[in-house]
Amino acid sequence: MIAILNMLPFAPIDALLVVPGIAALLLVLIPQYRPGALINMLASGITFLFALTLLVARPDPTVSFLFVDDLNVVFVVLGTFVGFTTSIFSASYIGHEIEIGRLKPGYIRFYHGMYQALSFSMNLGLTANNIGLMWVAVELATLTTVLMVGLYRTQAALEAAWKYFILGSVGIALALFGTILIYMAARPVIGEGHDAMVWTTLIANASAFSPELLNVAFVFLMLGYGTKVGLAPLHAWLPDAHAEGPTPISAVLSGLLLNVALYALLRFKMLLAANPFAVAPGPLLVTLGLVSLIFAAFMLYLRRDIKRLFAYSSIEHMGLIAFAFGMGGPLANFAGLLHMTMHSLTKSAIFFAVGQVAQVKGTQKIADIRGLTESHPTLGWSLVVGVAAIAGLPPMGIFTSEFLLVSSTFARQPLLAIPLVFGLLLAFGALIWRLTGIAFGTPSPSVVDAGRPPSMLPLIIHLVLVLIAGIYLPGPLVAWFQNVARMLG
Amino acid sequence: MERFSLDAAHLLAGGMVLVSFMMLYQNRLLGLLNVFAAHAVVLSLSVAWQAYVQSAPHLFVTAAIALILKAIIIPVALHHMVLRLGVHRDIETVGGIGPTMLMGIGLVALSMVVMLPAAAEADPIAREDLALALSVILLGLLIMVTRQNAISQIVGFMSLENGLVLAATGARGMPLVVEISVAFSVLVAFIVIGVFLFRIRERFDTIDTQALDDFREGRE
Repeated sequence: MIAILNMLPFAPIDALLVVPGIAALLLVLIPQYRPGALINMLASGITFLFALTLLVARPDPTVSFLFVDDLNVVFVVLGTFVGFTTSIFSASYIGHEIEIGRLKPGYIRFYHGMYQALSFSMNLGLTANNIGLMWVAVELATLTTVLMVGLYRTQAALEAAWKYFILGSVGIALALFGTILIYMAARPVIGEGHDAMVWTTLIANASAFSPELLNVAFVFLMLGYGTKVGLAPLHAWLPDAHAEGPTPISAVLSGLLLNVALYALLRFKMLLAANPFAVAPGPLLVTLGLVSLIFAAFMLYLRRDIKRLFAYSSIEHMGLIAFAFGMGGPLANFAGLLHMTMHSLTKSAIFFAVGQVAQVKGTQKIADIRGLTESHPTLGWSLVVGVAAIAGLPPMGIFTSEFLLVSSTFARQPLLAIPLVFGLLLAFGALIWRLTGIAFGTPSPSVVDAGRPPSMLPLIIHLVLVLIAGIYLPGPLVAWFQNVARMLG
Repeated sequence: MERFSLDAAHLLAGGMVLVSFMMLYQNRLLGLLNVFAAHAVVLSLSVAWQAYVQSAPHLFVTAAIALILKAIIIPVALHHMVLRLGVHRDIETVGGIGPTMLMGIGLVALSMVVMLPAAAEADPIAREDLALALSVILLGLLIMVTRQNAISQIVGFMSLENGLVLAATGARGMPLVVEISVAFSVLVAFIVIGVFLFRIRERFDTIDTQALDDFREGRE
């Protein structure tokens, strides 16, 4: 297989950028929906296959602007996988929106082009070995998702896009200032020019950097990329963006984009941890994580829109993940990685189901969605399984990661475990309460002619993976995650 | 000679902070746009000076972008937009000019207190520039949170961005400065185009914090 890869005109890691880049250009030129959707799926699938090759074939980091280690390959494989399954869901979902007239056909070339441009920018952000290039990638990802969030052109959609744009832009602006400060800290040690922004060079020399500059830099990076992750109180853009955009974009936001910003945060956390005199970054992440968890848990009780409900669930889970990585240590980091993976798979599966629910019921209002298991058994029970998984019930994978996190926190910081468990129980109660109303009882009216149902395959694949991970994790995967957990410190 | 180049750099960066305060003081959109154009002119002078002092010709590209795009094209476009939308007479500050100016002074003090010690090891020109750049960034944020309409928020964001360009060009030898300033220019152009294309006039009401709360109530 490696021989085949060597025959290509570019390295596999470059394919992660070349394939979506070419596809984005192609898709902008194709006005018809069906060929556009097909190319979107093909490009996403090919990109995922190339991501898998990174498990065995990695570039020499000194040669290019891109690099792969055990950490970013987790994000790349997960991201391209969710991007692929979401493109399958998107094909049928968008087709339905066109049939009912909610989307104009002219918007579609734009939508598919932006989808692939987003894939390009996320892969660039995850593989860039230059912290300035990483920043440009995150900015590009922000622009493409702003366009997609506003796709419906309704008042609510445009407002959500505007809000996301303004808050997202401030976030990336602050992140840029933090990046400049990192360069300023590196320059006296590494010298002027590109090397002072190359991550592999930075991490090798971080112990000699000015700790004061690193501290100030991390504050700005955490505010900036923390906004992109959706951590409270920097989260204000997230519920609107999820609720008002097309549902495939909600899946992509929660399944992929939040993780890219988290990845950037982790890289800089490693940098601070490598300097003995810099302030420990862990407590800052722990604080933001706990605030996000408890705030989002309370907010779950007040929601009336089903997509907004699960948007707040994403804030809760990103808070949990930030808490885990903030705690640090091999067990909590392992739990954080596992949780991130499980959350991406589960939440995007839930959005696949929710997108269909909104279509068959003709509304996103929770009060008008009742008795799904009666009126739409397959869809209803799929949603039940998805919500049970995200709430943390065994035997699903999220239960495993939450259990690992709670037990390691109790062992190391018993007082911190109390608000952690409180937040988890609060969120659990809210989700189960909402679920019983949505899934059971007397069915509410459905749209009479909802059209041909979308494919359930992406949803089922995601939930099966989450179930398998909850029961059994393969040895190589455990070893891989453990290695990453040690890297994170 | 080094003394003079240091003094000139600080004069220009300090000038940007001063013009940021002038923006903070404005309560009419057309005045705000005019002061922002001045802000961009001072930025282009500052970047051009850094290009000369550091012998970094590529920074002249950034200076040209700041001058042409931010000092001329964008203010003129926003000017026309304001007149067309008929919002040029609006008086729209939250909390009044006096308290806002006091908060601005506090933010500048905060920038000095945080940045000067942290950058103690950096060379003198970069150290002062970073502190002044942070002041410009924070004042831009303050403009954004104290204005209720979209165009004012855009101007606040663009002045924040000017602070970032000042910081990046003051970081001697920093790579990707031109690329990053181009990327930011794309971002700003996108904002302005977005306002035109999406006819953001309706947004003026809902971006108002009170109306936004009313609007959200029905959709939560």
